[in-house]
Order: sequence, then structure tokens, then C-alpha cells
Amino acid sequence: MSEIKSKIPQGPLADKWTTYKSTQNLVNPANKRKLDVIVVGTGLAGASAASSLGELGFNVKIFCYQDSPRRAHSIAAQGGINAAKNYQNDGDSVYRLFYDTIKGGDYRAREANVYRLAEVSNSIIDQCVAQGVPFAREYGGLLDNRSFGGAQVSRTFYARGQTGQQLLLGAYRALNRQIKAGTVEMHNRDEMLELVIVDGKARGIVSRNLVTGQIERHFGHAVVLATGGYGNVFFLSTNAMGSNASAAWQVYKKGAFFGNPCFTQIHPTCIPVHGDYQSKLTLMSESLRNDGRIWVPKKKEDAEAIRKGTLKPTQLKEEDRDYYLERRYPAFGNLVPRDVASRAAKERCDAGFGVGTTGLAVYLDFSSAINRLGKKVIEERYGNLFQMYEKIVDENPYETPMMIYPAVHYTMGGIWVDYELQTTIPGLFAIGEANFSDHGANRLGASALMQGLADGYFVLPYTIQNYLSADIRTPRISTDTPAFQEAEKSVKERIQRLMSIRGKHSVDSFHKKLGKIMWDKVGMARTKQSCTEAITEIQALRAEFWKDVRVTGTPDELNPELEKALRVADFLELGELMARDALHREESCGGHFREEYQTEEGEAKRDDSDFMYVAAWEYKGENEEPKLNKEVLEYENIKVAQRNYK
Amino acid sequence: MNFTLKIWRQESASSKGRFETYKISNISDECSFLEMLDQLNEQLVDKFDKPVCFDHDCREGICGMCSLYINGRPHGNDSGITTCQLHMRRFKDGDTIVIEPWRAKAFPILKDLVVDRSAFDKIAQEGAYVSVNTGGIPDGNAIPVPKVKSDLAMDAAACIGCGACVATCKNASAMLFVSANVSHLALLPQGKIEAKERVTKMVAKMDELGFGNCTNTGACEAECPKEIKLSNIARLFREYYVASIS
Repeated sequence: MSEIKSKIPQGPLADKWTTYKSTQNLVNPANKRKLDVIVVGTGLAGASAASSLGELGFNVKIFCYQDSPRRAHSIAAQGGINAAKNYQNDGDSVYRLFYDTIKGGDYRAREANVYRLAEVSNSIIDQCVAQGVPFAREYGGLLDNRSFGGAQVSRTFYARGQTGQQLLLGAYRALNRQIKAGTVEMHNRDEMLELVIVDGKARGIVSRNLVTGQIERHFGHAVVLATGGYGNVFFLSTNAMGSNASAAWQVYKKGAFFGNPCFTQIHPTCIPVHGDYQSKLTLMSESLRNDGRIWVPKKKEDAEAIRKGTLKPTQLKEEDRDYYLERRYPAFGNLVPRDVASRAAKERCDAGFGVGTTGLAVYLDFSSAINRLGKKVIEERYGNLFQMYEKIVDENPYETPMMIYPAVHYTMGGIWVDYELQTTIPGLFAIGEANFSDHGANRLGASALMQGLADGYFVLPYTIQNYLSADIRTPRISTDTPAFQEAEKSVKERIQRLMSIRGKHSVDSFHKKLGKIMWDKVGMARTKQSCTEAITEIQALRAEFWKDVRVTGTPDELNPELEKALRVADFLELGELMARDALHREESCGGHFREEYQTEEGEAKRDDSDFMYVAAWEYKGENEEPKLNKEVLEYENIKVAQRNYK
Repeated sequence: MNFTLKIWRQESASSKGRFETYKISNISDECSFLEMLDQLNEQLVDKFDKPVCFDHDCREGICGMCSLYINGRPHGNDSGITTCQLHMRRFKDGDTIVIEPWRAKAFPILKDLVVDRSAFDKIAQEGAYVSVNTGGIPDGNAIPVPKVKSDLAMDAAACIGCGACVATCKNASAMLFVSANVSHLALLPQGKIEAKERVTKMVAKMDELGFGNCTNTGACEAECPKEIKLSNIARLFREYYVASIS
């Protein structure tokens, strides 16, 4: 459909964004009133973009599937948000945040985008403070910081263990102010199911009102997707139950390229799986690794005794514990990046040193921090997380070490976008986790919140004007035109097809099967064989789904089974693309670990000569192989090296 | 574990509801309450019956979407948690569990256990914000905020907007919710400038939408999953009176 043009501005790295802003086209205030923008999703990226666009004077319509924009899953982010303020005088700078992010992403992110992200990070903190976000403070009244993985400075701002909640509520407040002002129209419980394209440009969406089941048509001069990631392909993840990839998948099928779909983040510190009825996994914030030490028993017989319940972890002597992260990575210790920590946990458990009843768990131990700092300090820092752990596991983490295991958490891949955050469909933008752009093959902790708000407050409100400036003479298009009618018809047919199968198996049963294939074969470790098998198995499962799924109820009512069926149908296609991408990338980098490609010490082995590019997949039709397009990554300001956290 | 469930079923906002009784068996005590309902729904789908509709999303106690009234208590028989964090080990094998939606005039039932809480959004839209546009903001450290005030603001801002306070209040009052919003911003220098206008408008909207008044019974504080303190309501009164006499 379109070719890959990343549209990175010329000039030195540090000047690119300033140059862009000074020379881009703008829309004057009188014309902004004549332009409509649709935003899908109300998380950090969507809510901040919609409110900022509303303040500028555009007419915005925003959609979420939840009952209120405040429920978006950004709310669950715990640990913090990075910024290059250098308030701690520990040597931080915009360049260092940029460097850490590129390195953390294992040299698979676009330089210019990441530099811009680091550049606007400081404004985000200022903005949030002005909105009344109650960040943690020192006794002198100034903002406090802590450390996160992959950094040697303390640049993470936080609000207890609820940073995502407080930042999202900040954006929600800004959004509410615009809803009251009439510049933003809010659509709760309203899910986008199709993109409308008129003369090659994104011009609207078709959505389903989840309460009445009514199919709606909405026009916009431009459409912005802020629909989050696709971790729920794995069924079990730290995502919310409703988090889905349907909007992203529908635009892919209409011509938007999908970037690096195999880059998924497995978070090292989650509460381990305990039963097949389990519906989701709960994250324990990375911030815990500031004070918690990760270990397993040194001797296999001790690990076995612990699994059987004859030995307690607190009974194990110091010299019988293996603090394997401190042992393997003395420079970063327990604060190595997530992909490294996850793989190290898997390695120990696979080797027979795992704990818990299943053997798929390691300890996160606070006893030395409690001895050093006192229980009160630990309680102040992590109290809500400890309480959450105790409610779920029924063990007191102040007294016995927490048990953790890696789980699917975030997707670095997503809709391919250029420097302006525009997809390969003109007029369609993707922001936040929904796009692929800033985190390469692995995201550093506390960078997702930064990216969501950077895109929404400070990048998209500029770049979208460069596009809309050419549209000031385009009158609003009626939703009774053929493009809208056809989009609605295809949505109705898809729903009808699902409802009429009336098969034997529930939607969830298919989703669980897909999740198992993905976790076993396209999860923390992948091989050529496992990815090949995954593709065949997913194809078979998809065929079975369309023959044998059971969707109860009717389309004209509040019907969660139908909502799930529509989402799982898309996951069943996306999962295959992820496996294809993982199969084609014959190297290991960041969260993508191909067992065939590792160093002697078991670290990820990149292949920069053959794979230093973004894989941007192009849809070619049902049951056709997608086409691989490559955006070659050029590093002009960073020396590409093997990541070393030792 | 085995349970008998009495669940409120209601087709739509306009239809009449009733309790239905279901049996469920072989439930693990490590299973969460919502996972127990998932298993019930699988059973219902198996029989081609309509599954029970209930709101839920993050399943880790922070989004505020889950909302069940369990055995006469919002979010069930435990403190400081939401329904999604409630686990079956809190029940006894063989228990009968009664599950109802939030009941309040301002939260109409949409279907089964799902209610419409958009009244909370409408109150927030009246002024639960600081009127700043994006950009042109002074440095984050330009205005120091005493840690004590900032911590109190955070305590109030921890509200997840689930509506348990309204559901448990005999007057269906939204006072704890409104006071958490008002307190959070009134405690911070950034929110002080619009404090009077904010409290006046939010209280007026709360009354208009059909929430009851506060009679200081304190059930809201006892049932709040985020343990928001009643002292916020005292601060709301103070803010309200200051606004009305100056």
C-alpha cells in the first residue's frame, strides 16, 4: 500500500525535534474548530492526547470499552515514570536517558524517536505536578526519586506503588475539563470494531455500543489509536481482562504495517501461576528490586525440600542461597533489565532450583533491607504491594520471602509509525503502547508511562497538525456514504457469523488454548521448530474456532461473550503473525530469545549485520502470507555494542 | 469447595429482576471470587444459558470496575480489598453466597450485576481538576509541597471510584467519593486557587444526580477498599462552608 518512510528530520540528533516544530505546518485557531479528531482509548496516551487536542480547539471524540475513561489499564502501572531531571545530582542528562533506553532496547529502536522521548520527559513531570499529581516528596518538599532496572542513576518519579493510577487520574482530570468545556465528546462502553477509509485516508470508525449492541458510525478528519498492547494473546498476562488488539488488528488488515510483533516483554516479578482456573497474573512492581534480593537455593536437595514443604526458606543459611543476579551481573545486580532478569529466573527453575509447589518460582527477599532500614521504611515504600501480595497468596512478605516468576507484561511491538507517529495509512496515528516506536526489543521499567504521556501531551498534538493543515478545506464527510455503510456491513457480518456458529466450546476455552501455544512456543524462549509448530497449531485452532465456538446471547444486548469472541478471533490471527516474526528474526535481542542464538554464557546474541531493522509486516489478504518490509535502523550517535550489565 | 450462589439476574435496565440459585462445586480455595464466577459462567455457557454479567477489568484492585455486593457487604467479607482481590479461602465449604449489584438511585442497573456509575464522572467533570493547559508549566520543583500535605493528598487521591461507599450508605450518599476528590486538590498548592468553585459545583452536582446526604454513620469508611478516611468528609464540610461565606 505505502512504502516505509520514517520521515526523520535532517540535522544533528539534539536539534531534530526543535527543527521539526519550528518548520512544521500548523492549523490556525479558526480552522481547528472545523476539524474533528477521533481518539480510541483513554489510557495515558489517549486521555492526554484528547485533552491536549481539545485545549488547542479541535473537536475530539474519544472512546473506551470500560464504563469510565478512568479505568484504562494504565491505571495499574505501579513503579514510576522516568525523566532526565537530574534532581539527584547523580549525573543524569537527556543524552543518558536516551542512551539507556536505546541500550535497554538492545539497539532495535529508532534513535530520533528515543531522543525526542528523553527530551520531552522533563516537561511531563512539570505537567503532572501542575495537574495535582501527588508524587512522592522529600521532607524539604521537593520531589523524590528512585532507581529502576537498566539505569545507574535515580530518575524515576513515583506516587507510592500507584504511579500509573495517579498519572492516569491527572490525564483524566484534564480530559474531564475538556468534556465539560465541550471540546471532547466522551463515549464510554463503546468499542471500535472497524476503521473507515475514504479515498485512501482514515476518516472514521465503526464502533459497537456495548450496552445496547447498536453499531455506530463516527467521522473524523483523522483517527488516533491509543489502544494499548496485545499481551492478552497469551491469555494469562498482567493486562486487564478487556485489554485487546482488535482496533490495532483491524487497521493492520486495512493497510497499516505492524512493527516487530514478536517483541513482547516478560516481566520478571509476578505472582506465580497457581491453577488452571486462573484468569490473570498480578505484577509485583520492579521498584521492589531496589530493596528486594532475588535468590534460589544453592543446592538442589534444598530446593526439593522447599517444594515438598519440609524446609522453609527462612531456615536456609545465607551461604546456602544463590543470589544469582548479584552473582552473574555484579555491576547492576538485582536491577538488571527485565528481559535479563526473566531469563535468569527461567534458567534457574529449568535447572531444578525453582521453589513453590510447582518449582516455577524464585524468591524476592526483603529481610536484609528490613534489617538495614527497619520495617517502617519498607512499609512506607511498598506497603500497598505487600498488602496486595498477602491478599492473593495468603503469606506475609515481611516475614517470609515473596515468590515470583516471569509473566507477559508489555508489548514493544505494535503498529508501525513514522517520526510523526503516523501509520502507513494517511490520517491514522498510533500512540502509546499501541505503536512500536521507542522501546526496541525490550522496554526499561518506568518508560511506558513516560512514552504514553510524551506521545499524548507533547508529540502528537504537534505532528497531527502537520497532517491536518492540508485538510482545512475538507468538509465533514457524511456517515451515510458508501465507505461507512460498507464498514458497518462488514462488522455486522462478522458478528452474525460468530453468533450463528453455535458450536460446543466456549470462547475462553479457545483463548486458553491459544495462550498455551504462545507461552510454550513463542514465549520466553523460542526456536525455529517451536515457531514453526506454533504457526501450524494456531492455524488449526483458528479453523476450529470458526467451526465450533459457542457465543451465547444476542448481538443486541450487553453481551460479554460476544465481546470476547470478537477479540479472540483477532488474537487468533495476531498470534500467528507474532510466531512468523519470531521465526524470521534469526537472532536473539531483548525480549526475543531464540535458543539457537546465544553466547557461551547464555546471553542474547544479536546479529547486527542481518537484523538491525524494524520488521514491518504488511497484510496481504486472508490465508495469504504477509509481506515483510524493512526499516533499516541507523545509529549515528551511539556506538552499537553488546549489552553488558556485568 | 462447594457453594450455593444466589445471584441477582435482571435482563435490562427496564425489566424486573429476581434472585436465581446456582450450585457450584470443586472450587479451589486459592481461586479468586471472580474466577469462581468465571467457572459458573462456563457452566452456564455449557448449557446454552446466558452467563451472569458483572463488571471487572484489571483484576488487581486498582481500576475500580468490579462492584459486587456479597453477603450484604460491598466487595465482600474482607477489608481493604476490591471484589477481584477477594479469595474463596475467606468462605467456608458449603456456604450460601448472596450476590447483588450496587443498589442506589444514582447507579441504575444495566444488566444483572452491572450498574451505570457515570454519575461519578459527571461530578468529576464539574471541577475535580486544576485548570492548566498542556505546556508552559514551571519546573516541577518550583513549588515545594510539605511532605505531610502531599501524603494526605495521596491518601485521598487513592480513591478508585468504585462506588462501594455509595452502595453501603443507607442514604446512598456520594460524600466520601466527592470529599476524596475535593480534599486531594485542596491540600495541594496547585489545587488551592480553584478550591471554592470546585467544592460548590461538585456538591451541587452530587445533589442534582440523586445521591443522598451524609448522616455520619461511617459505613463508607469501613467498606472503602482503599481505606479513604472519614476525615476527608470533615475537610469537605470545611471547604464548603468557607466557600459559602467568602
